Amino acid sequence: MASKSGGFSVRGLREWLEAPVAEGGNAGRTPLDALRGAAARITTPLLPDDYLHLVNPLWSARELRGRIVEVRKETADSATLVIKPGWGFDFKFAPGQYIGIGVLVEGRWHWRSYSLTCPPDWTGDATNKGRRLISIAVKAMPEGFLSSHIVSGVPEGTIVRLAAPQGGFVLPDPAPSKVLFLTAGSGITPVMAMLRTMDRRDAVPDVLHVHSARTPDDVMFGDELRELHDRRPGFTAHLHLTGENGKFALADLDTVCPDWRERETWACGPLPMLDEIEKHWAAAGIGDRLHVERFEIERNATAEGGTVTFAKAGRTAEVDGATTLLQAGESAGVQMPFGCRMGICQTCVVTVTGGHVRDLRNGKEHRAGDKIQTCISAAAGDCTLEV
Amino acid sequence: MAITDIKTFAHLSASDIEALGQELDTIRRDVEHSLGERDARYIRRTIAAQRILEAAGRATLFASKKRWAWLTGTALLSVAKIIENMELGHNVSHGQWDWMNDPEIHSTTWEWDMTGSSAQWKAAHNYSHHMYTNILDMDDDLGFGILRMTRDEEWKPINLVQPAANLVLAALFEWGIALHDLAATKEQMGVPQSQLFPPRHILTEPNKAFWRKAGKQVAKDFVIYPALTGPAWKSTLKANATANLVRNLWAYAVIFCGHFPDGAEKFTEEQFENETQGEWYLRQMLGSANFDAGPAMAFMSGNLSYQIEHHLFPDLPSNRYAEVSVKVRELCDKYDLPYTTGSLGKQYLLAFRTIHKLALPDQWLKRTSDDAPETSSERKFAGISLPAWNGGEWLAEHNASEWLAEHNASEWLAEHQPTWGLDPVTGERRGLRSALQEAKVALKEKAEHEKQVLREAKAALREKALTEKALLTEKANRKGWFSRTLRRNL
Ligand code: FES
Repeated sequence: MASKSGGFSVRGLREWLEAPVAEGGNAGRTPLDALRGAAARITTPLLPDDYLHLVNPLWSARELRGRIVEVRKETADSATLVIKPGWGFDFKFAPGQYIGIGVLVEGRWHWRSYSLTCPPDWTGDATNKGRRLISIAVKAMPEGFLSSHIVSGVPEGTIVRLAAPQGGFVLPDPAPSKVLFLTAGSGITPVMAMLRTMDRRDAVPDVLHVHSARTPDDVMFGDELRELHDRRPGFTAHLHLTGENGKFALADLDTVCPDWRERETWACGPLPMLDEIEKHWAAAGIGDRLHVERFEIERNATAEGGTVTFAKAGRTAEVDGATTLLQAGESAGVQMPFGCRMGICQTCVVTVTGGHVRDLRNGKEHRAGDKIQTCISAAAGDCTLEV
Repeated sequence: MAITDIKTFAHLSASDIEALGQELDTIRRDVEHSLGERDARYIRRTIAAQRILEAAGRATLFASKKRWAWLTGTALLSVAKIIENMELGHNVSHGQWDWMNDPEIHSTTWEWDMTGSSAQWKAAHNYSHHMYTNILDMDDDLGFGILRMTRDEEWKPINLVQPAANLVLAALFEWGIALHDLAATKEQMGVPQSQLFPPRHILTEPNKAFWRKAGKQVAKDFVIYPALTGPAWKSTLKANATANLVRNLWAYAVIFCGHFPDGAEKFTEEQFENETQGEWYLRQMLGSANFDAGPAMAFMSGNLSYQIEHHLFPDLPSNRYAEVSVKVRELCDKYDLPYTTGSLGKQYLLAFRTIHKLALPDQWLKRTSDDAPETSSERKFAGISLPAWNGGEWLAEHNASEWLAEHNASEWLAEHQPTWGLDPVTGERRGLRSALQEAKVALKEKAEHEKQVLREAKAALREKALTEKALLTEKANRKGWFSRTLRRNL
């Protein structure tokens, strides 16, 4: 608890004060941690935040939260959400990273990941008086329950939960001198954060952006791209309309961007497109110049069974749709927590970090971010568990 | 011995029990599918209300030197602690609100305002107690290791102090639970129980977790808050102690009404060995007891006034138990099963009676563990005459107790009670509930009859004695006459 080196030190004292906060769960450091920790000794087993967020839901650093301050339509089926995070949010993320966002719909929290579209330490426009904000962009997927919900009407003022920015699809600082962005559809979102960052840093090198969309109306951030194209001599936006011209053929790169082999490339879009790009780059022997971001496509689970990955144990198992994840783990030699094995004790609860899982008792579907009971759940397609 | 064959005890066939299980599964699914914003709002509001009550109570106690403030603050704090313990801590840790996916209201993250840590409590309670409910030697909650709550357990001299132990347990309930959970956790983890020698058994992980949590709780209520209120420290200290005591007594009462009133049956390991899901449900139904409560009392008990429903569906949200209970009662009617309930006072007094009665050695008790109020078994129905068959005649021909010693009760019942189950004419099921009633009547009649026979025998004896006496007197008289005559003649 106290300073480990023994003896008194400011750092030791500080750690001691902050200990209860660290134990009670902490989403990010705040300057108030020492105070929160001291107060937590009188609010134990809760944190002071648990009382404070009754007054203002953003006054919680036990968990990251945010308030949606603006919902702006980008296209007919996409929208930008501007969010004001509460305590503990780290605004020093790298452009290109994504955040987890939890939205409450009919009593349940639904978790998804979306790329941040704003630069780090962003404060929005002047009307915002310098408070730091973040933004994400969401495209409604035909089958995607949550994305449709968000695009078609999350009211401003809604409180959302956030998970800290993460992901390795990032633009280094300083940016390389020659850059190629290959995006399609909503794959443009992480690249928007990179473009805006370069623009704000006033350091836009030689950047070529090839973006595919079906029609001009489907282009997210179209006006902004055009404006940037005109204003920044280094930046060239190349729009490819798939509705008229079909899929962008990588063979055309030699015409659109003859020096693509020399460029550091970031690609984001549908999985088949990324697979193709990876192959193309590998064939050219420059796979290390390529950075890709694979979005998990939001869909409903239709599959039964699949490959279960046990992340911490580093093992996998092939299972059918009737085998419980607990059995799957045990047969793969993973130390699975368990108790009753019949769904009543919650000892076996673990977090799903990828894919879909089905509750065998009621058929309900769970996905990344949900905590599930392994003894009564089965794989619905490939999935990853945090054990 | 407690129930070894739940089918026979319940007077249900295997397929009946399976059907019952499926109906209960349906109830569960219906509730799960209808969970939504209304339920989420319920728990969020309960949490907010509890926190406000607690904060208000603590704030009021700053003025606790004044009598009104002391009373108000203590009352607020007591209520807050009760809600936190019963409706929040217990139910959230059961995973009742896990469906919301809310990381702050989740069984894996919730820590309650009790001496013991949530993690240790979950291990003992959610797993051991809810899985092995009322199975002798498996469910440690049967008497919490200090009270003898069923005569299936052997009497030991220490049981004589059980009335006093009961009072101590009630007053210090949170400590009792905490220590109980600590022991259960150690057992599950294979960590040796604490002994002074060797001392290394003291610094085990579970022990450390225990003291960390207990220390914080004690520091909060008995050091920090009193200190914060400055000159009022003494009265704040008393108020905090009182609030903890009130919460302990209430929690104790609610828990004891859940499994210890008459009618909450006990089971043997044999029953558990090959138990089906349907039988598991049935064991939960027969092993638990409710008490009658309006909405306010139900809320304050964490909806554990619906203990039967809670044991059937430990992870369904508590605000739904009331509606579930309507359906469970319907099922009880359909399968002719008892639904054990009564007023809080009655249920507690029954438990209280058991505590005091079982302090005594068995030879002082009249009934056996087959037909006692707090425990019984399928054998209960085997030795008594039931209207459905002419047991009296059968008993006259056979010696029932001898027969029972050789055969098991299930075979015996199967052979001699052909009319249990579906009535071919009315389509109604005649099951345990009728059997229990009939057994009661039969037992009463039997007792009545025995008494009558006894009375008659006594009367006959008396008469006999009288006649004999008369005879004797006469004889004596005659003898006297004879001897007198003889003497005179000599
Ligand atoms: S092991 Fe008990 S709920 Fe899964």
